[in-house]
Amino acid sequence: MNIYEEDILDHYENPSNYGTLEDPDISYEEDNPLCGDQIRMDLQVEDGIITKLRFCGHGCTISLAAASMLTEEVKGKHLDEVKQLNKDDMLDMLGIPLGPVRLKCGLLALKVLKAGAYGLKCWPGEEDEETE
Amino acid sequence: MYAQPMNNSLNPLDSEAIRNDFSILKGESDLPLIYLDSAATSQTPDCVIEAMDAYYRTYNSNIHRGIYRISEEATAKHEEARQRIGRFINARRPSQIIFTRNTTESINLVAYSWGSANLREGDEILVTVMEHHSNLLPWQLLSQRTGAKLRFIEITDEGVLQLDGLDELLTERTKIVAMTHVSNVLGTVNPVQELIAAAHDVGAKVLIDGAQSVPHFNVDVQGLDCDFLAFSGHKMCGPTGIGILYGKSDLLEEMPPFLGGGSMIRSVQRESSTYADVPAKFEAGTPAIAEAIGLAAAVDYLNKVGLEAIFVHEQELLEYAHQKLNEIEDITIYGPKPRQKTGAITFNLEGIHPHDLAGVLDTVGVAVRAGHHCAQPLMQKYGVIATVRASFYLYNKLEEIDTLHDGLLKAQRMLTRRRR
Ligand SMILES: Cc1ncc(COP(=O)(O)O)c(C=O)c1O
Repeated sequence: MNIYEEDILDHYENPSNYGTLEDPDISYEEDNPLCGDQIRMDLQVEDGIITKLRFCGHGCTISLAAASMLTEEVKGKHLDEVKQLNKDDMLDMLGIPLGPVRLKCGLLALKVLKAGAYGLKCWPGEEDEETE
Repeated sequence: MYAQPMNNSLNPLDSEAIRNDFSILKGESDLPLIYLDSAATSQTPDCVIEAMDAYYRTYNSNIHRGIYRISEEATAKHEEARQRIGRFINARRPSQIIFTRNTTESINLVAYSWGSANLREGDEILVTVMEHHSNLLPWQLLSQRTGAKLRFIEITDEGVLQLDGLDELLTERTKIVAMTHVSNVLGTVNPVQELIAAAHDVGAKVLIDGAQSVPHFNVDVQGLDCDFLAFSGHKMCGPTGIGILYGKSDLLEEMPPFLGGGSMIRSVQRESSTYADVPAKFEAGTPAIAEAIGLAAAVDYLNKVGLEAIFVHEQELLEYAHQKLNEIEDITIYGPKPRQKTGAITFNLEGIHPHDLAGVLDTVGVAVRAGHHCAQPLMQKYGVIATVRASFYLYNKLEEIDTLHDGLLKAQRMLTRRRR
């Protein structure tokens, strides 16, 4: 399967929830030191529910499409649910196979979201490796 | 010395015949392998693989130890490899050739051993903005350990060294100049001969990072008069896991050991030891025996094809690549024009992330490198985070550049449709 699927390109060209929030409750930004891709997420949270969110940054199609898809997925959800999202959920949203190098592009947005919301700083999927 | 075509009467390189020497390029898969990433690591000809295979199959044993037939054979082949590699760069003696793992380790060896013994606060280390991180980090660390100051030769927008203000940078405070011979990103060939002479005039030593020069044209350490030269086997048709440090004998003899262990000693007491002579002093532990033998086979192979023929062939590829890629709208090509450079062309297409360019090129079988190429200070100079680099070697063909060109147009069609 081609990683440049229509769906990915659509999100890349017309991303959902692109931009920043005036008064975010949570704002977090990080980059992928391997390639310099950078994503920022702004969230507004009421009673634990994500009511509004925006992302911005620069990166390749995979990292930007992943961010766009992720914002659609978590909007209106409780932060507890967001905490449960893992690497496989993100790959399901993307719907394409990713090799080890592009994997980090696909997971950057989720990493930023979890780091901003919970201070979880490790890469999704590498949590277990860290606690060994 | 700037890159110059050396001998126009030379027989052109027969790239079809050469491709037959590389199993990986004869692959039977649907997509051909169009390998344009030799600056990262080169492909390995079958003769190199066979030389290493023969070691493991017929005389695998440790060296300098066993008093038996196959160990003596392995020792002889390992030391013969040192001689052939030394001859390749015109070293005076084989003992000036120290086996390391790669360029990075060779440079670290000098920075730790020579650097820690010779540098102190008030001294200066001079590098350039176009260094690979492996010729920058060891000097940053040395500077932090000793208090010596790190200074930089800048580059012009064309990607060549800015030598106007050199007198101010290169002074009697300068103890070592560490610079790349060829930029791994821009392909720029630096005028190292002049810089080595200027450095020696103020009493500084010079380390040349030859990772991108030794594979592509004749590097003569006595002609250049460099104090140290570092390079890697895997960028010159050899295996990974083997690199070379060349050094002037008097410097190597004075330098303290780098790593301690077996093979590098003369005699060992409980509290202290005396060390073996150069090069053994710097080769603690069992070395990469098969890889040294493989690198010697690679050197023989490059000699057989001829470095001059390789250089001329690469110039032809570069000229054609510049011409073809310049036809593409919205392309920015970084660095000097062909003839002032060798090996590589680095570029960006407006509005497309380098990762995506590399990703789309992969779908047509073209392997290129996208990223910062371990040269972030250089990326900062051009105000970009990453670029795409296509790099060439003896086995590449002009048609492959056509595929690169068409792949870039495909990426443009796919990725610049309706974007904000
Ligand atoms: C100019 C230059 N110096 C040093 C290196 C590091 O080589 P190695 O990774 O083999 O140590 C490279 C490799 O990319 C290089 O291009």
